[in-house]
Amino acid sequence: MYRYLDLSRQKIGHVLSAALLLALGGIAETAIAQTTGTSQLSGKLVVTGASTLAPLISEIGKRFESLSPNVRVDVQTGGSSRGVADARQGLADIGMVSRAMKDDEKDLHAFPVARDGVGIILHKDNPVQSLTDEQVIAIYTGRIINWKDVGGKDAPITVVNKAEGRSTLEVFLHYFKLKNADVKAQVVIGDNEQGVKTVAGSRHGIGYVSIGTAEYDESQGVPIKLLPTGGVPASTETVRNGTFPISRPLHIVTRTSPIGLTKAFIDYAQSKAVHDIIAQQYFVPLVN
Amino acid sequence: MTSLHSNTLFHWSTDDFLCWFLRGLAGVAGTIVILIVTFLIMEALPVLQGIGLLRFFTDPSWHPAEGFYNLTPMLWGTVFAMAGSVLIATPLGILSAVFCHYYAPVSLGKLYRRLIELLAGIPSVVYGFWGLVVLVPMIGEIHPPGQSLLAGILILTIMILPTIALMADASLANVPQQYLRGAAALGLPRWATIRGVVFPAAKSGLFTGVILETGRAIGETMAILMVCGNVVQTPSSLFDPIRTLTANIALEMAYALGDHRAALFVSGLVLMAMIVALAIAAEWISRGRIYG
Amino acid sequence: MAETLSRSQNPRERLAFVLVWGAAAVVTATFCWLLGDILWHGLSRLSWTFLTAPPESAGRRGGIGPILVSTFLILGVCLAVSLPIGVGTAILLAEFTSDQGLFGRMTRRSLDVLAGVPSIVFGLFGNAFFCKMLGLGFSILSGGLTLACMVLPILIRSTEEGFRAVPANYRISAAALGLSRTTTLVHLLLPAAVPGLLVGLVLGVGRAIAETAALIFTSGYVDRMPESLLDSGRALSIHIFDLSMNVSGGDANAYGSALVLVVLLLLINGAASWLATYGLHRKIATI
Repeated sequence: MYRYLDLSRQKIGHVLSAALLLALGGIAETAIAQTTGTSQLSGKLVVTGASTLAPLISEIGKRFESLSPNVRVDVQTGGSSRGVADARQGLADIGMVSRAMKDDEKDLHAFPVARDGVGIILHKDNPVQSLTDEQVIAIYTGRIINWKDVGGKDAPITVVNKAEGRSTLEVFLHYFKLKNADVKAQVVIGDNEQGVKTVAGSRHGIGYVSIGTAEYDESQGVPIKLLPTGGVPASTETVRNGTFPISRPLHIVTRTSPIGLTKAFIDYAQSKAVHDIIAQQYFVPLVN
Repeated sequence: MTSLHSNTLFHWSTDDFLCWFLRGLAGVAGTIVILIVTFLIMEALPVLQGIGLLRFFTDPSWHPAEGFYNLTPMLWGTVFAMAGSVLIATPLGILSAVFCHYYAPVSLGKLYRRLIELLAGIPSVVYGFWGLVVLVPMIGEIHPPGQSLLAGILILTIMILPTIALMADASLANVPQQYLRGAAALGLPRWATIRGVVFPAAKSGLFTGVILETGRAIGETMAILMVCGNVVQTPSSLFDPIRTLTANIALEMAYALGDHRAALFVSGLVLMAMIVALAIAAEWISRGRIYG
Repeated sequence: MAETLSRSQNPRERLAFVLVWGAAAVVTATFCWLLGDILWHGLSRLSWTFLTAPPESAGRRGGIGPILVSTFLILGVCLAVSLPIGVGTAILLAEFTSDQGLFGRMTRRSLDVLAGVPSIVFGLFGNAFFCKMLGLGFSILSGGLTLACMVLPILIRSTEEGFRAVPANYRISAAALGLSRTTTLVHLLLPAAVPGLLVGLVLGVGRAIAETAALIFTSGYVDRMPESLLDSGRALSIHIFDLSMNVSGGDANAYGSALVLVVLLLLINGAASWLATYGLHRKIATI
């Protein structure tokens, strides 16, 4: 699997794994060579990185496999930084990164596959219908700590923030020009669904999550609501037409300019043929 | 005579062989921890050389993106959550085992044991999920936000309870029957027998159970991450949100690069140091008494 | 008997009676609540198709067939490696080393430390060691081996307790009969230590089957039917985690998968105790 590892290591590994397999009575699989023919694609692609992207790329991979039966697309989750690191070291053919590329990542070739908006959510029972950017900043920096100061009930605000390093956090901080050290949060969370469940379980909570996730959960009767930002309603529609101000691109990256199977897969993932899968996973397809 | 002689010789050599074979197996088991510690140190080394160990305890806060690496609040979070849950789970677990053996009718005891076995295998994400949608909102009604040290302690208690309950159960089962008959012959009532005869006879197993559950409480990640709020602060009350060292690793590892990543491995090392301290403390408390 | 004792004059006895039944009631109530929640939400998903079909649309629809197979394979690898090492080490610690000996003490302490290593650290270690250094890649094999490291301390400590609980006069009588230590071990001590081993097995399998963090980095995320032990395969617990935390609208299938996991565990535990009882009787009969 790790073609780029030096040979001696690989040998030790193969001998060891063969021995272990024998011991366990398993059947060793013959390595599939990656060929670069464009007509008859075959081989194995390893894709690792952002957990946000993993379900989407996994589904795209399945459809790609059904089109070229000799191809295997193995998707591994773990986080954007892992996508970058694995692609750099050659551990993965393709990395997944759920944010804009940073300046020190210009050595990688990045291909956007979809967009995702970040929207502010409240509990459904909260009477507050909208917040100005200034109010959001005041709430997140701890200058406003009670809902009655922004037209709500007399109740303390539960501020839900994302953990350091998450791209939704970076996008959010960037838009509101905040520093994470200034944010005074009561709850810090990891993934989007955890954010939705946290706010749904706390009547005085405020959080921000991926719009697609929130929209879907709202339609399923989860007691949350999305607030407009800068006067623009938060929905996949406004993210699609570019009017919603907080959004991030979702990338797949490679170390070298892609050729052969890798190129075929990236072309496919960027094509219109997968727009229905992107919509199914509640992301926004890119309009070219 | 000769045959007997050779027979003895044969036995000796099988015993020797067995002993060395077992030593080899134990060697493998003992080496794993060394491998893991070496791995942690290797990954943590860049940041330890760059900024030194001291700053992990003296920095103003934990904001790795801005270069601050204070681990102390998370250390306290881990200690409080661990201590609280062990304090609740140990008596509950031991009483559960006592219930199975000496109080419940046989069939009920069996059923109860099955239940506990089942709980040992529920994934932590299910506990966490349940805690997030049921427990946290309940605590939130009393004192918002709900995600708190208290929620963490309660969830951890439920999670480590099977460990101590099953270990206690097994060690109670091993108390020789004649002890109990002796106590009965002396006319000791039930609880006096349990306190005076059963517990002393089973202490080694009970102690192992406590060690195992404490280890599990320190190492638990996913459920804690979902119910504790994960705010980096030293808690001043049960209702304050906390972040544990394990949650810190799980939350940020996937997105960390460079020094930040290395700093997370330092959290791992600190965790290991805590466990070593625990093991030493256990050895010290039990010196000569437990394995006697 | 319970009635007579509860009415006994001793207030301490009465208090203990209330406490013990109270503890059992609290534990049972909490767990019935938890299990009830899983049953309530999961039962409607359960069907033969759910158990055999591959997942669709990131797991929102479809079943868990390939994931079940991967879970079994990972568990199999884990037990095949950890059982011999674990039981062997336990025998050594309980029967062949003195408690004051350096080797025994060091091994025991290092196992105590291993028991407290957070699962995510196991994951990162497994990724660096099994996946990269040994070149096994993201595979069921890597995942199983990582889990084996994880369950070892539990398995060893409880099996060791099982051996320690065997009365000393078994060993003395066996020695007086001129039996070698190997024979004593196989015919006398091993059967007597089975209950301890069983607890270790139940706790170990429980921990292995419920593990999430250690497997994400080792056995991986691929939900295709595995074709060999070197293929990546998604375990049931990872599937549950992904569905509940990462896939919007995955809750229903997450509950279904959790229910399957619980039932699976019930079956494995039942089989283990049945085997132990059966094996124990046969052993004693041959002596």
